[in-house]
Amino acid sequence: MTIGTIKEILEAEVVCGEESLDNEVFSACGSDMMSDVLAYVKNQAVLLTGLVNSQVVRTAEMMDMVCIVFVRSKKPTPEMIELAKDSSLVILTTPMRMYEACGKLYENGLRGESRHV
Amino acid sequence: MNESLTFHFDVDGTDFTSAGQASANVKRSLRQLGLAPDIIRQVSIAMYEGEINMVIHAGGGEADVTVFEDKIEIVLKDHGPGIKDIDLAMQEGYSTATDTVRSLGFGAGMGLPNMKRYTDEMHIETEVGKGTTIKMYVNLTD
Repeated sequence: MTIGTIKEILEAEVVCGEESLDNEVFSACGSDMMSDVLAYVKNQAVLLTGLVNSQVVRTAEMMDMVCIVFVRSKKPTPEMIELAKDSSLVILTTPMRMYEACGKLYENGLRGESRHV
Repeated sequence: MNESLTFHFDVDGTDFTSAGQASANVKRSLRQLGLAPDIIRQVSIAMYEGEINMVIHAGGGEADVTVFEDKIEIVLKDHGPGIKDIDLAMQEGYSTATDTVRSLGFGAGMGLPNMKRYTDEMHIETEVGKGTTIKMYVNLTD
């Protein structure tokens, strides 16, 4: 699934990374606890979260993730957007709540494939 | 690579927002060295968890990363409160972090277990009231 498709499914706005919407995403993870996110390595993953602080972007960066989706229309700070741009991360924001956003992506074939190192 | 390369960072314990900077720098440097993406990810996640720990528990500290021919060494040193019970601290889900830290997305009790999970070797030296030094190694060869 491409990031562009995720944007369509989640009726999301692009905050940054418009030029990377054609990039592929292979798995997903929905959490507000960053250490839980860090526990599982996923391949070219998207992170869905309701948490808004710089560590969300850092976590995605460390995990080599390709996209962050903020649920419930949450908006990242300018500082977070700068960090995301440095790491070529796409940021989306969707009006949907976490459960609904994850459900829609799963329903459309994006699984949470993950593995322990 | 015939000579070892060392990176040194002071981790600021007062600023949660900038936590992770040292790990991000290391990640960039390892990329420039052309190391395998899996190795880079292991090192940067383990160091990032350690860096967050130093900020939320110990008021900051120092991080040294050395790239040897056959392994990468990460040394994290702080002068914080120390770890009272290492076995307990190594259990997934156990945390002494405050609610404030939890509201920031950490303190799930996964920090130390994740550091162990992503490295080939981990040693903890700690003394209550004095501080903690954690050494981690990621092998570059099988």
